[in-house]
Amino acid sequence: MIEARGLTKRYGRTVAVDDLSFTVTPGRVTGFLGPNGAGKSTTMRMVLGLDRPTAGEVRIGGKRYTDLKRPLHTVGALLDARWVHSHRSARAHLRWLAASNKISRTRVDEVLDLVGLAEVAGKSAGKYSLGMSQRLGIAAALLGDPEVLLFDEPVNGLDPEGIAWIRTFMQSLAAQGRTVFVSSHLLSEMAITATDLVVIGRGRLITQCSTAEFVENATEATVRVRTPNAEALRSLLTAKGHTVTEVDGGLVVVGATSEEIGELAAAHRVVLHELSPQRGSLEQAFMEMTGQDVEFHAAGPPLPPGEQQELAAALAAIRSEAGGARS
Amino acid sequence: MSLLAVERIKLFSTRSPWWCMALVLAMAVGLAALLSSLGKQFAMSVAASQLGLGLGSFVAMVLAALAVTSEYRFGTIRATFAAVPNRTAALLAKTVVVATVVGLVGLVTAFAAWGVAYLLTDSPVMAIDTGAEWRALTGEALLYAAYAVIAIGVGLLVRHTAGAIALLLVWALVVENIVVPILDSSLDLGISRWLPFANAGNLITAGDAVASGQSQGAPAVDYPFGGPWGSFGYFAAIAVTVLAIGILVANRRDA
Repeated sequence: MIEARGLTKRYGRTVAVDDLSFTVTPGRVTGFLGPNGAGKSTTMRMVLGLDRPTAGEVRIGGKRYTDLKRPLHTVGALLDARWVHSHRSARAHLRWLAASNKISRTRVDEVLDLVGLAEVAGKSAGKYSLGMSQRLGIAAALLGDPEVLLFDEPVNGLDPEGIAWIRTFMQSLAAQGRTVFVSSHLLSEMAITATDLVVIGRGRLITQCSTAEFVENATEATVRVRTPNAEALRSLLTAKGHTVTEVDGGLVVVGATSEEIGELAAAHRVVLHELSPQRGSLEQAFMEMTGQDVEFHAAGPPLPPGEQQELAAALAAIRSEAGGARS
Repeated sequence: MSLLAVERIKLFSTRSPWWCMALVLAMAVGLAALLSSLGKQFAMSVAASQLGLGLGSFVAMVLAALAVTSEYRFGTIRATFAAVPNRTAALLAKTVVVATVVGLVGLVTAFAAWGVAYLLTDSPVMAIDTGAEWRALTGEALLYAAYAVIAIGVGLLVRHTAGAIALLLVWALVVENIVVPILDSSLDLGISRWLPFANAGNLITAGDAVASGQSQGAPAVDYPFGGPWGSFGYFAAIAVTVLAIGILVANRRDA
């Protein structure tokens, strides 16, 4: 269990993490989602006591990280696979880590086996491929058989095989009842891996909900309709208060279900050639939600204050819906 | 104890410390052999056999500084602080291990350099029969350990290998040996006697004209803390202070 309350980190005038509160529960993979530069790594470092929060705090099973006696037995983390001396062998790297928390040498060999590095454990870590380095990082995280696991962008730069391996691995750790908190800037990746999401943008919490809810709330449901009698259907739908737009030879309806449209058309004897519910892509929704919170905007002027308020209201609505659905 | 084991594993599981130790030994023994072979042109003494350890001390400081700065370079300092949130304990353990190893290297090298000079010179001068001579040889152990402490402190403050080593070498070689002596002789400030590394060296060279450079016409320096042990105590206090500031800063800083 990880609980962050009002977590804030400022570097001079830059606010990296802004009053962030969230809870990560055991037994499931929780995704920590946000665009690059949103403050995910800074948050992870604060969880581990490496960076000191400007305000707020984060607790692991009710304790601050720095108060843990032998932290590797409680929390295992892979923040950066390159945090290994490149001229030191993988086994020696794990040995000093193990010694620091009174973990036995046999456990070192166990975790090397577990991640499939036993054969190459004597090689310098600098000679490892990225995928092997990630495995070494995971081995280090598992040394103390911890309840809580943190992974920062673990699949970055990996080949499909490596990605699949890490994904399955994280899910199996969660299935064992552990708390698994994994960050990513890729929504598609998180949609497959994580059951819950903590979504942030520019250091602020956008929403915390299940992945299914996020998809449900974030993407706008529309229905695509094709009919030879477009004008008639259009006026029927607008009369009911639905928004209709014409898109390459068909109509796109916002606000009505396909059942409603079908029944309306049947009642007024309008012939339909196509009636298909559509869902906006997840990536698109994610971009829309965090778009205003991306730190380094490519182009475009900032939103006028009125629109900013609208956006905030929309996000607040999503948040309360997500909260309501959960409880 | 487990923290000492951590730092021992770290130190000996990469190659650079081994290279540094070999280099210290080679430089000190090599110079002792060279000076001994000069015959009558050089008045060899027990203290003078230790001149190569002066060169070696810079390599010893590189070893100690690297023990810290390579951790910052590779990011293992973060892994260390995540595994041991008590940063002071982790860094003190590192200091104890590195200073002990470097001190032992100093001790072994001192006797090796003396041994070579003893064999090549074949003169009763080379017998270790005075307190000053024993001090010159065993003192190297303490001196090297103190050098390691100050180098670790500087490494913690600077964090970059090149920066930390440059700072140590520029201070010890340029500032202490060139800048301050020039200032002193032209302005008569009298600060030479306060220089940390000059005081440190006085532990070995005190009372030996050749080793302390007086035979080349340099005047005897009047060190402020009464004799070799006072000088060393002064240097050790500075080294411990630099280390303490380094540990304090490492605790305050985000890793």
